[in-house]
Amino acid sequence: MVEVSDVLFRYREGEFELRVPGLELARGEQVGLIGPSGSGKTTLLHLVAGIEQPERGRIAVDGTAMSALSDASRRAFRIRKLGLVFQEFALLEHLSVLDNVVLPYRITPALSLDATARDRARSLMERVGLAEAADRLVTHLSQGERQRVAVCRALVTEPSLLLADEPTGNLDPANKFRVIDILRDYAKEHDATLLTVTHDHDLLGRFPRVIDFQSIDSEPSRGKASS
Amino acid sequence: MSLAKDSLYLAWCYLRHHRMKTVILVAAIATISFLPVGLNVLVAKSAQELMARAETTPLLIGARGSALELVLSALYFESDPPPPARHGEVDRILESGLAEAIPLHVRFRVRDQPIVGTTLEYLDFRGLRMEAGRRMVQLGECVVGAEAARVLDLAPGDVVVSSPESAFDLGGVYPLELTVVGVLAPAFGPDDAAVFVDIKTAWVIEGIGHGHQDLAKARAESAVLSREGDRITANASVVEFNRITDANRESFHFHGDRSGHPVSAIIAVPHDVKSRGLLMGRYASPDEPSQVVRPAQSMTELLETVFTVRSYLVAAIGVVAIATLATASLVFMLSFRLRAREIDTMIKIGGARTSIVAILASEVVVVVSMGLGLAGLLTLLTERFGSEMIRVLLTS
Repeated sequence: MVEVSDVLFRYREGEFELRVPGLELARGEQVGLIGPSGSGKTTLLHLVAGIEQPERGRIAVDGTAMSALSDASRRAFRIRKLGLVFQEFALLEHLSVLDNVVLPYRITPALSLDATARDRARSLMERVGLAEAADRLVTHLSQGERQRVAVCRALVTEPSLLLADEPTGNLDPANKFRVIDILRDYAKEHDATLLTVTHDHDLLGRFPRVIDFQSIDSEPSRGKASS
Repeated sequence: MSLAKDSLYLAWCYLRHHRMKTVILVAAIATISFLPVGLNVLVAKSAQELMARAETTPLLIGARGSALELVLSALYFESDPPPPARHGEVDRILESGLAEAIPLHVRFRVRDQPIVGTTLEYLDFRGLRMEAGRRMVQLGECVVGAEAARVLDLAPGDVVVSSPESAFDLGGVYPLELTVVGVLAPAFGPDDAAVFVDIKTAWVIEGIGHGHQDLAKARAESAVLSREGDRITANASVVEFNRITDANRESFHFHGDRSGHPVSAIIAVPHDVKSRGLLMGRYASPDEPSQVVRPAQSMTELLETVFTVRSYLVAAIGVVAIATLATASLVFMLSFRLRAREIDTMIKIGGARTSIVAILASEVVVVVSMGLGLAGLLTLLTERFGSEMIRVLLTS
């Protein structure tokens, strides 16, 4: 599902450098990615998502080489195939819960907001316990509820790859397990790949495969895996 | 279509959420767009209203002095009274056979409403119709304009009192009670605000004519100082009437030659173009104590000044408009910078560049459209009700 090989990424005039000799994630695989702050975990997610472009190397998602796509095509690919969850939720405060969830459909011509999409959004909201809050502004929600809205937004397009960047960083213990379980359940049901960056060692037990980012550049193919 | 719909929807959600900022921006754009346009409409309407009355008044004759004051006093019953002309000028015009002459005496007021002393010909000349009652035909009677009737709450049979020019001037003009005998239909002009009396009644208010107890009667003997044939001299205790009634009307009389009594202006209606030329020629001499004025010409000169002022005002508004639009642009730019994270989120989840630009552009378009729409509405209202507003201003 995800193939990263011989990638070199630099920015701030070489101040930061990320090398990933190789990393492969299979379809349906659920992976936890750990590592110290500033090691480049978020950058790796951005590279996989096509938000950043490497100087060298190849990144392919579902067989599509990201570097071969134009910026517009990469965005269209990302919004159709990928679901992203961020630590800070990244919700639009002037929109209701429902409008935040269906936002991907309103910001690209690659998707169309039809009845099916709306039903899917409502169904997801119901599943995460937000059905009653559909018309409320996200500013009126708790932190845990906001992250569930962000998760619904990531899942509403039925992505085949889920990239979560410390999705539980701002949540209490009850909510962090709930959010991770929602992501894992979705990935299992839809045979989607889940790559989650986390600092939280409590969560690692939830992932069949864990990659330590510190040793990733020494792993030629699948990175360091542990169960 | 979907792109436009979705962009507009998201833009609307943002503007609705930040409604105070939106309202301020819309109000600023509306105000700055409306001001020059509305001002132009109002000035054009004012010019139309002012010129309409001036154009229907062929010539004005009055004492030498400011032509504009004469026009404003005779046409709109505004400004300080011009220096008085002599009523003999009316006879002189009539005797020349060149024009009809309608005297006007505009000096006194009933509260804020001008008392216009004139003749019945004035009502015909202006096409003023009676809404209730009848015209003034006797000394002490008055006919009130529609607005004056409303303001003073008058109907035929009521009584109004002329206002003293100065409450502390015991030697000045005394108030006279006037009986309302009719109310005019609205004419949508300065006539609506006026209280019309016969010019002789105006002279009575001025103190040129008066009525008092009959000094020949024994009851008034205590007020008589001396009798020399027909000449009777009385002291200050003689009772002067401050209301003209059927019982005392006969006692009212005027001292001096009528031709020397004052008038503010005379409307002259020449019979033809030649008569007009001849009449104007009569007043061309610098020795002539009176002047002839073409109201349309005076108003045109006044309006040229107004138009000049307007152009300066519009230029000033233009500068303010540029400053306002620059500020509005700055507000939008700062807003977009403050929303960098929000925009970044949309980019990260795969939002198309065109869609994101369309959302931000829609916000600007919606605000500007609402501002211009509001300005358009205000302009339409000004266009629709501008004339009424000007009439109210002219009659108040």
